Amino acid sequence: MAPVATPFFFYFLSFLTLASAILVITRKNAVHSALALILGLLAQAGLYLMLYAPFVAGVQIILYAGGIMVLFLFVIMLVNLERAQKEEQFNRQWLAGILAAGALGALLVAVFLKGRALFPASTQPIAEASNTQQVGELLYGPYMFAFEIASLLLLVAMIGAVVMAKRRI
Amino acid sequence: MPDPTPYPSPLEQGEPDKTFLDSNELILNMGPQHPATHGVLRVILKLDGEKVLGAECVIGYLHRGVEKIGENRTYAMFNPYVDRMDYVAAVSNGLGYCETVEKLLAVEAPPRANYIRVILTELNRLASHMLWLGTHALDIGAMTPLFYTFRDREEILKIFEKYCGARLTTHAFRIGGCLYETYDGFERDVKKFVDGVPAKIDEYEELLTSNRIWVERTKNVGKLGAADCKALGVTGPVLRASGVQWDVRKALPYAAYPDFDFEIPVGANGDTYDRYIVRMQEMRQSLRILRQAVEGIPEGPIMAKVPKVIKPPAGEIYHSIEAPKGELGYFIVSDGSTQPYRVRVRPPSFVNLQALDVMVRGQLVADVIAVIGTLDIVLGEVDR
Amino acid sequence: MLESLTSYLTSNTTPGQAGNVLWALIYIFLVFGGVSLAVMAMNWLERKALAHFQVRLGPMRVGPHGLLQPIADAIKLLTKEDIIPDNADRLVFWTAPLIILCASFAVYVVIPFGPTHAITDLNIGILFMLGVSSLSVLGVVMAGWASNSHYPLIGSLRSSAQMISYEVAMGMAVVSAILMTSLNRSGTGTLSMIGIVEAQQQQQIWYLFKFFPLGFIAFLIFSIAMVAETNRAPFDLPEAESELTAGFHTEYSGLRWSLFMLGEYAAMIAVSSIAVTLWLGGWLRPFPHALSGETWDLVFSLIPGFIFLILAAVAFLGVVRMPKDPYFRVQTMGLAGFGFLLGLIGLVLFLGPVRERIQDIFWFTAKVAFFMYMYIWYRATFPRYRFDQLMRVGWKVLLPISLGVLIGTAIVGVVD
Repeated sequence: MAPVATPFFFYFLSFLTLASAILVITRKNAVHSALALILGLLAQAGLYLMLYAPFVAGVQIILYAGGIMVLFLFVIMLVNLERAQKEEQFNRQWLAGILAAGALGALLVAVFLKGRALFPASTQPIAEASNTQQVGELLYGPYMFAFEIASLLLLVAMIGAVVMAKRRI
Repeated sequence: MPDPTPYPSPLEQGEPDKTFLDSNELILNMGPQHPATHGVLRVILKLDGEKVLGAECVIGYLHRGVEKIGENRTYAMFNPYVDRMDYVAAVSNGLGYCETVEKLLAVEAPPRANYIRVILTELNRLASHMLWLGTHALDIGAMTPLFYTFRDREEILKIFEKYCGARLTTHAFRIGGCLYETYDGFERDVKKFVDGVPAKIDEYEELLTSNRIWVERTKNVGKLGAADCKALGVTGPVLRASGVQWDVRKALPYAAYPDFDFEIPVGANGDTYDRYIVRMQEMRQSLRILRQAVEGIPEGPIMAKVPKVIKPPAGEIYHSIEAPKGELGYFIVSDGSTQPYRVRVRPPSFVNLQALDVMVRGQLVADVIAVIGTLDIVLGEVDR
Repeated sequence: MLESLTSYLTSNTTPGQAGNVLWALIYIFLVFGGVSLAVMAMNWLERKALAHFQVRLGPMRVGPHGLLQPIADAIKLLTKEDIIPDNADRLVFWTAPLIILCASFAVYVVIPFGPTHAITDLNIGILFMLGVSSLSVLGVVMAGWASNSHYPLIGSLRSSAQMISYEVAMGMAVVSAILMTSLNRSGTGTLSMIGIVEAQQQQQIWYLFKFFPLGFIAFLIFSIAMVAETNRAPFDLPEAESELTAGFHTEYSGLRWSLFMLGEYAAMIAVSSIAVTLWLGGWLRPFPHALSGETWDLVFSLIPGFIFLILAAVAFLGVVRMPKDPYFRVQTMGLAGFGFLLGLIGLVLFLGPVRERIQDIFWFTAKVAFFMYMYIWYRATFPRYRFDQLMRVGWKVLLPISLGVLIGTAIVGVVD
């Protein structure tokens, strides 16, 4: 199926991502920041769809927006926030912050200008229909070891969390 | 108004210096208005997260001064008041009071009256247990048994209405016997009821007894050992489910109970599931008594020779019966006049409610509701 | 526009795949209208069926046999005062029901009512459905927090913890069904909803019966997990009335509460559709291969018409049994009209071209209706699980069994 209105969707999704990112760092209320982050993640999933990676988009929604952000919201809601809201936002390391942001920005601009030349193999058109199969083949083929190590790490983290929290009910 | 003498609340024992902010504990109030407290009962829970550390009951929201009223009414005039204490099992209340006054007067009700009393009391026991089952299941989440038990309870209430004109607060008995003769077809109605109900009780058991969720919600919940029961004075099915074989109908028989052959169901563990089983079996034993009673009603008078103006000799008496909820006792002190000097009621629910604190320690919050349901309390009786 | 209307009629794919925006919009309206109608019907059916389970009648006054009760409820909820708690966060309070509603309704985009009767067919269909329905957890959490009250917060945290716990078992069961789709010649499975049903058609077996009992156990796990996912009995402790915490939608009244209810029923229908698609053969009629051939096709295609005629007969039986009092005249006429309408639909369903088109949709809807009735049956029969028992069942019972079924399915699939 031919893509429909690509420029419109690209600008729309990018605007959503940027706007929600700005909202995340400027909101005083932590819950509002988390909700803005969820919006940004969903817009990012749309961008993945535009890159012909539907599997990654689906997994982004399930895991990131539907799992990790729910966990963030749990923690935010269980911690007493009123004190934090009344505090004044301070920013004493603004010089270091500007330097770091500038360095990152320069890096991004450099990648953008030289992008094509840096990653020649990825310019091949990817078939949309087989994204899931290709991800599966890569994960269980060349990257099997990394996959297993990552899942083992997650298991260790889960066990650690249960052990630490087990003192109470 | 001076402060009443402070008494140590079970919540504060052992930790007099701790304040609310020091610990991780939370005080939760199940207010007098709550769908699951079976009346106006206020329970203050001390929680640690989800676990209950202690419970304190605040009662008195339904206190009507019944015992004080008793000091200002004649013995016969006080009879309707006792129905309103345990309004679910009104006939039992009436039986206890009438028998106590009869003992004070040294009068015995004639055998036919005793049989009628037993029949109505056992029907009332069935009605009370059915109501208990429906509301207890509803608290735990099963909505349907409530409607089934109320449908069958209707038959009992119809019999009461045909007999004495009232369904709930029946005022069925008088001092010295019964006032009303059984109506035409009373035996037939009771027989029909007794024949039809075992299938219905099987229906309730089918829905609940082996239901996995029911068993998980009630087994090992609200355990009360036999020693605790005896120390707290708990009686009734709660006591019998903890393994103590004590039923006033067998231990200190009254009315026509010595004539009947029935068993006392006893449980083993003293948890909610055992109380459920004990009450279900009590229902079946009541049916057994009813069958024997209705077949053997003797002929004769229904009222003993009682003076028109009841003036018992000075003295005091305590007499108790086995109400559906436990041992219901009346302590009457007479000073020789037409009005009692003191009428003290020993309500089973009031004494059983004291066990709530012991039963819910260490349980979760959702179990508190199951435990209140399994104690089968009626606030009219607790507060009087 | 006429061009785009007619050009789609000759294609044999879904409008989304054909790129036809107009037809996709028409399908969207049809599906969402159908779902809204189904939610109202489900509301009525729940009250009547629950009542009949409990030896009573249910709503009888508002319309004949309470048929207009959902409309009366909707009017009442719409005209209620909109109360927002004092210190509640207004934006979050307002968006929480919307999130649940949108998440529940967005799932219907990929539900296949037939081989071409879907709004679109994503090639990650099942992944999309699971993901979007997990977004409704966010709505629950937000609703509890925005109420600015202790009890709804605890209730919403419990509710959402329950939902994400059972999503794990659901996902595992779904994966074992997806595994079965790869048992074809090319060795690749598919995540698309239409593809899953076509795989069942090609392998000539509903996945419920495949590798018995593995497919059956996976189906059972999914059925239990989907009841817990939608917060329905026996897993409805967070929203039960007689428990201490009254649930995340305590502070919501009127229209906002009805949005929650709408989202809950829509989510119920959506997860039932997943179960039907994955295990019960989607739109396939029973025994497509055991009883194949022209005559059997004809027999099965007459069933929808007969069912509507039976319903019409039941309605007319109700008309006969109505009291003859003049007070009931309007209700009697209404019920007769309703019966007449049902009969008309039944007769229309006997016509040839209608019969062919309606087959797939009818069988799909009938299977989902079975699940809806089971939901009501569970609510009437079972007591509630306590919260820790609920979590224990989700993590310590369902998850190991679903892992076992997954491994078993994989082994049997390779060995076979």
